[in-house]
Amino acid sequence: MSKRSGSTMVEKILATKSGKDKVEAGELVNAKVDLALGNDITAPVAIKEFERFGLDKVFDPGKIVLVPDHFTPNKDIAAAEQVMVLRRFAKRYGIKHYYEVGRMGIEHALLPEQGLVGPGMVIIGADSHTCTYGAVGAFATGVGSTDLAAAMAIGEAWFKVPQTILFEYDGILPKWVSGKDLILYTIGQIGVEGARYMAMEFTGSAIDDLSMDGRLTMANMAIEAGGKCGYVQPDKVTFSYLKGRAKKPYTPVYSDKDANYIKVIQYDVNLLEPQIAFPPSPDNVRPVSQAGGIKIDQVVIGSCTNGRIEDLRMAARVIKDKKVSPKVRLLVIPATQLIYRQALEEGLLTTFIDAEAAVSTPTCGPCLGGHMGILASGEKALSTTNRNFIGRMGHPESEVYLCNPAVAAASAVAGEIVHPEEVM
Amino acid sequence: MILEGKIWIFGDNIDTDAIIAARYLSTTVPEELAAHLMEDIKPDFPDLVKPGDIIIAGNNFGCGSSREHAPLAIKGAGVSCVIARSFARIFYRNAINIGLPILECTDDLSFMVSGRDKLQVNLEQGLITHLQSGRTFQAAPFPPFMQELIRQGGLVEYVKSRLGKKVS
Ligand code: SF4
Repeated sequence: MSKRSGSTMVEKILATKSGKDKVEAGELVNAKVDLALGNDITAPVAIKEFERFGLDKVFDPGKIVLVPDHFTPNKDIAAAEQVMVLRRFAKRYGIKHYYEVGRMGIEHALLPEQGLVGPGMVIIGADSHTCTYGAVGAFATGVGSTDLAAAMAIGEAWFKVPQTILFEYDGILPKWVSGKDLILYTIGQIGVEGARYMAMEFTGSAIDDLSMDGRLTMANMAIEAGGKCGYVQPDKVTFSYLKGRAKKPYTPVYSDKDANYIKVIQYDVNLLEPQIAFPPSPDNVRPVSQAGGIKIDQVVIGSCTNGRIEDLRMAARVIKDKKVSPKVRLLVIPATQLIYRQALEEGLLTTFIDAEAAVSTPTCGPCLGGHMGILASGEKALSTTNRNFIGRMGHPESEVYLCNPAVAAASAVAGEIVHPEEVM
Repeated sequence: MILEGKIWIFGDNIDTDAIIAARYLSTTVPEELAAHLMEDIKPDFPDLVKPGDIIIAGNNFGCGSSREHAPLAIKGAGVSCVIARSFARIFYRNAINIGLPILECTDDLSFMVSGRDKLQVNLEQGLITHLQSGRTFQAAPFPPFMQELIRQGGLVEYVKSRLGKKVS
């Protein structure tokens, strides 16, 4: 057998951006950053570090994005002060992409939607779910606040070139099964450390057929498997998504046929059921048929994982002309202003409100137990978000189950975790 | 850069709580954190560890929370280098960013005697020499800019000097 001497997409991007012909997994490189992101929790720390450099300008005011999304609209005085730090910094340094309440959205839904991320880019964010942008063929990963400060100053960041696992999903997704189920299933199989340090490349016929919204959901949760990034190679779906949206020209980068993957994992998805991650870990995954009868107090449909228009459409389709169980509170949080508006125009919000759900302006809110839907002790939530650690949505003795938007909507009606077909 | 020091061996999955317990996080002064380094898993360690010493560990060193205090505590104790089979990703970044040299070496180093044996480490080459036996082991070497980063004492200092060079 000939030696596999090709490169993966991530290796190629990192080589180009660090001025090299080729890089190997394990190598450390210093790469140019095309976009650096911070939010209302992490950016204030980075801004404090940045000020230690004594600079009167950032490396490029067009390549920094600041999104107050976690505790906004300001949850309390502390949150208001933190956002003030971002707002002042943005004004002082002329940051082009600062998104105020009323124009904002959850960062990882907002950046793709606004066409700020594209193939071949290197993107860092002081937020672990920065890995989301791999869905459009970028190398994107979460870093610390010190990294963000440095990148804002010199426009570079260092990386250890990750090894890559190739995940191949073959077959046709059954009804009510989505990108969320593919990634939950995968994390359940390989565990929360299954891809530690590594890049996860998603491929196969099921991925070819998957919408951009579904791909964003998958890449978003690469971190829940310990991954450094998750990505899909650019294809027709990518290009049509970027058409009329991408703010800048881009150069697609592809993995070589003989790329050196550390592992290839294949899944047949023809019989895949909707998946549920049980508390307290995203790898504690079971098919919905084994989750029956779990009574729930709150259902959340939203977040950077599943707050996009396709998610809201799926949930609305299930819940149309039905009512949320009197024992359940259903919260629907469109991830960005644009999605909010689109959902309004399509009548989805009316569907949710008729079903007696609470619909809110975009925010991370309950996803990280911030505000807008905190759980009391002993309560159980079913949520389309990405983490279900102990106390993630409120009291340490509350519990969070993770699922796709169709299961969430159906379960809100049933009052317990059910397959969508059970309420249709 | 050549380092030389006595070794201390730890096992797999040493998490950031074990490295520095949450109750000490009210400070970020490395020396103050160092007074409690590994306290919960090896209570006499803060007294035993001396500047220049080297920590050896198994898989997934630094897992758990992303607190930057963990590498700071190790650096504050004067530990010159950490060698592990693997590091948790954010610990790895944080360590480099604060200027703590760390090396990944998949060879089995557990035959060495903790608290007695000495290693010599060549960071440029990633070459690890067990001084008692003369046996050598290979870790991934540091590229020049990473050595520069470590030499400068971390990312903030590195960026400062880069900016200084640009201006002058
Ligand atoms: S929605 Fe949740 S996971 Fe996503 S950025 Fe906000 S807090 Fe983080």
